[in-house]
Amino acid sequence: MNWLNALISGVLIGGLYAMYATGLSISFGVMRLVNLSHGDLAIAAAFFSSTLVYAAGGTPFWTLAILMPAAALCGLGLQRVVFDRLIGVDPAFQIVATFGLSIVIQNLLLRYYQANLRTLNVGSLRTAAIRLGDLSIGVFPLLRFAVAVAVLAALSLFLARTSLGRAFRATSDDPATARLMGINPRTVYMLATAIALATIALAGVFNGARTNFAASDGPGLLIFAFEAVIIGGLGSLWGTLAGGVVLALAQSLGAEAFSAWPAQFFGHVVFLAVLAIRPTGLFGNQAELA
Amino acid sequence: MTLLELSDVDARYGDFQALFGVGFGVDELDTVAVIGANGAGKSTLLSAIMGTVEVSGGDVVLAGRSLRGVPTHERVKLGIALVPEGRRIFPSLSVEENLLVGAYGGRSGPWNVAAVLAAFPLLERLVDRSAGRLSGGEQQALAIGRALMSNPRLLLLDEVSLGLAPVVVKQLYAAITAVRDAGTTMLVVEQDVNQALAAADHAHCLLEGRISLSGPSAELSRDEVAAAYFGTVAQ
Repeated sequence: MNWLNALISGVLIGGLYAMYATGLSISFGVMRLVNLSHGDLAIAAAFFSSTLVYAAGGTPFWTLAILMPAAALCGLGLQRVVFDRLIGVDPAFQIVATFGLSIVIQNLLLRYYQANLRTLNVGSLRTAAIRLGDLSIGVFPLLRFAVAVAVLAALSLFLARTSLGRAFRATSDDPATARLMGINPRTVYMLATAIALATIALAGVFNGARTNFAASDGPGLLIFAFEAVIIGGLGSLWGTLAGGVVLALAQSLGAEAFSAWPAQFFGHVVFLAVLAIRPTGLFGNQAELA
Repeated sequence: MTLLELSDVDARYGDFQALFGVGFGVDELDTVAVIGANGAGKSTLLSAIMGTVEVSGGDVVLAGRSLRGVPTHERVKLGIALVPEGRRIFPSLSVEENLLVGAYGGRSGPWNVAAVLAAFPLLERLVDRSAGRLSGGEQQALAIGRALMSNPRLLLLDEVSLGLAPVVVKQLYAAITAVRDAGTTMLVVEQDVNQALAAADHAHCLLEGRISLSGPSAELSRDEVAAAYFGTVAQ
């Protein structure tokens, strides 16, 4: 039964990883932007959530109503001030600039929140579980998974069915020709970053609820998000969910089989295997690599 | 009335000047052809009108309004649409989605998906196909249809015959003529001189960034055109 529990918990954690990865998937999918401060932004959101909860009480979930719109606005600003200059230029500049941003965010968080660990308290939800015979399915992980799927579904629908969503995809294909359609690529980029940051805030709060977090946790989160996107395939939102689940399963099943090894190790192995065997990822668009 | 007026237009790519004092007008409902050899500056001319290349001198005026400083995506909303060289359809979108994106500018008019499919029946059975998987001729039809979806006052066509079999080119130009007859002003850039002159009321020939010949297409002789095209002295 341990295996089944590991399987289920792996799938559900996959939902969390997919949540981390959604913002990255959008940034990279629409703008070809690798944002190395991705994880730090999520941690920042968790810290801000803790401040709001400290001030006004309650569970952290209500803070999302403030943090997600605030994050979206930050996204607009970040795009105009930093990211706009990084699109279409040498990826080395993207890496250096966003890495710098990552360091700035971590240090700002350290400065104001000190090095203490924090956690977001969700009360009894944290340990509530549904029992089916010998199986134990956590309610919180289930909720997390459902939210991740809902967000991905909403974004998928947006991209597939709305005029703006089509504009996003057209701009991703060919920004110069998108201009000929009356689309302003800069507007598309700002909105894409706004959406990405809102999902990052969501992921940050959910992450903060499940584990202690510290100012330096960002890069660790980034790695999982990055691996999930690559395994799932660039350019595919549902691929991001698949990637998150595969990554988490590799970790949980690997840890179940080889308890002496750290769980993350098996995730990295699968990640490297995907890069070696099928670099476009499980559901990646072949055209994306061009 | 004069829909488009180019006066003394210079255009450059960095240090390289591609157009030198180009000037002519396009009257509403006319079809004007711009012909010339490779590198003569034909595509640059369309880019200058569309705002994707820097106009370093002179002016481009649409219906009495100067387009100086107006970004490309705004020019689409003012009613200019370009069918770019090389088609440039969006490969990850379906045929229908490509057409719908064409309408992003929000201009109203007779062109919608149904009207475009009626004008280019070969696209009818391809509506859900991913545009990246179309043949050259199908992509060209899609690119023209997509430009029409913005209900332009002025349609710019850049080398639609390039890389296509003659029979396909004939079909495309038949459709283009129908579009013209339905009341769209067009500026057609072509290397295929015969096709261009047959489709247009007036023609201009570009040679190394300057206009070398202008006139009603019916009155231009073969020799005149050849001389202007290649830069040789007319016999």
